[in-house]
Amino acid sequence: MVATVARRTLAGLAVVVGAVTLTFFLVRLAPGDPVERLLGPQATAAQLAAQRHALGLDRPLPAQYGSWLARFARGDWGRSIATGRPVRALLGEAVPATVELVGLSLVLSYLLGIAVGALQVTAGPRVDAALSVTTVTLFALPGYWLGLMLVMAFTYWAGWLPAFGAAGLDADVLTGWSRRIDELRHLALPLTTLTLIGVGGTARFARGAMRDVRSQPFVQTAQAKGLSPWQVTHRHVARNALIPVITLLGLSLPALFSSAVLVEAVFAWPGMGRRLVEAVQARDYPVVMAATTVSAILVVLGNLLADAGVAWIDPRVRHGTREGGP
Amino acid sequence: MKRLLRSRRAAFGAAVLALVALGAALAPLVSSGDPAGQRDIVLTRFLPPLATDGRGAFHALGTDRFGRDVWTRLVYGARVSLGVGGLAVLLSIAIGVAVGAVAGHWGGPVRTLLLGITDFALALPRVVLLLLLAALWRPNATLVIVVLGVTGWMSVARLVYGEVRSLGVRPFVEGARALGASRSRVLGRHILPNALTPVIVAAALGVGNAIMLEAGLSFLGLGVQPPTPSWGNMIASGRDTLVNAPWVATAPGVALVLVVVACTLLGDAVQDALQPVRTRP
Repeated sequence: MVATVARRTLAGLAVVVGAVTLTFFLVRLAPGDPVERLLGPQATAAQLAAQRHALGLDRPLPAQYGSWLARFARGDWGRSIATGRPVRALLGEAVPATVELVGLSLVLSYLLGIAVGALQVTAGPRVDAALSVTTVTLFALPGYWLGLMLVMAFTYWAGWLPAFGAAGLDADVLTGWSRRIDELRHLALPLTTLTLIGVGGTARFARGAMRDVRSQPFVQTAQAKGLSPWQVTHRHVARNALIPVITLLGLSLPALFSSAVLVEAVFAWPGMGRRLVEAVQARDYPVVMAATTVSAILVVLGNLLADAGVAWIDPRVRHGTREGGP
Repeated sequence: MKRLLRSRRAAFGAAVLALVALGAALAPLVSSGDPAGQRDIVLTRFLPPLATDGRGAFHALGTDRFGRDVWTRLVYGARVSLGVGGLAVLLSIAIGVAVGAVAGHWGGPVRTLLLGITDFALALPRVVLLLLLAALWRPNATLVIVVLGVTGWMSVARLVYGEVRSLGVRPFVEGARALGASRSRVLGRHILPNALTPVIVAAALGVGNAIMLEAGLSFLGLGVQPPTPSWGNMIASGRDTLVNAPWVATAPGVALVLVVVACTLLGDAVQDALQPVRTRP
């Protein structure tokens, strides 16, 4: 068990280092650089060169990579070239916003998705078919478009919910409950968007996993013992069907981050995704690097947690007796 | 195959895809023929669906802020979206089959290396990679195809790898080897044709996903560039006019959802037909 965890952690570390290295060379090779955008079209070649020298951008790439890595590892993440602010402060605001949004939608969509999948397996064929149509449609919805449609309905037509940002303009003067409510109202639409999309995929997967488990002999045994349908579902089916669902949870994190990037763009949510899009467009190297590193670490951590979750729920994995286990 | 023909899901999926493909192929015949056509912008912009403009031209889905016919842009956009999605999936399948087959058939360090690369690529957040790659060059349709293809092959490689490995020990493969067939002949003639069925499912699901990602990239301004219509950049352009002209963003979104649903249903139906155990009791 310890050896497995150690091996997994090493592999995760390798993924992070690989992703960071790949990103470093990709952004540097991209045409255009942050200095041109910083100084504007009227800057002379000499001014550009001086600024590049000041930022250390005229040194050979491997040397830049080495010094960036060393400084990053020591916790010196540099300053954003475009805004001049320390990168850690920039991301310090963005990471909690994304983790809040992605984390909540992950929890909600898995709870709802598993519930819908379980309902489909236990209910009659008509309910199953109707819910299948719903989940396939939700699964097919592009997040940014669903977001726009929700904005159209709830902001422009009904006038109930704000469409942009994480807090209202008056957030600074609000206190206590009114501030909480303002935050929740801003969270409502982006969270609903991400959750609805997630429910589609999760419910489809949970339904498939439960159907697979229900056809196993041990379920028939449980039924033959005279257990009630609820006991069979709860004690025998759900626990076994959860194993692939939890593995999917870990694997779906990169995809969830991906859809969060687009949804954050629609709702002007001040999270990592929006920062990253802005930073890539401005070639703001320090921000791109730090944002990629942090999201790679989050994704790898999510996968490790999912592995731990599978081990926790499946004694065969925990005791290492599963043949050819992961 | 019989099972597939009886499936209502497969029929629906195939019918929707066939209709959209037909509409895209016959785009000049079923529309005004000029997706970028603008006439008198003051008189023709933001006409609601089913309106007729001053010159007597009918706009089934209304017009956008430049007075361009939304229906015309939709069918021409289908060409771009289906074309980009289809070609991107072909590319990722080609890469995936090659990597999976080689890793499955040749052991040793080659396998370790290829599987390592696959796992690594699988763990990267795809949109981050897409953003970086799309930022490297000036965005255009070819770039989107390449970028989507290069970032989407991993699941196919995994599938093919598993199939090739399990087929490699089957009697008919050993028979072929015993007859003296070369490694590559065994792989090409005996293993691969049998390993490709699950790839069809992955392809159907992948096309829907690729179309959605293409639209996402175009939505962020990193994909197909206006005035060439793609469903993604149509949604993006409708975003600013959501209040007074909601149909501009709604129409391409509905088309997109329909196509992705059709791809998903078709993929599911093919999968069920291939795996009799998992079909409904």
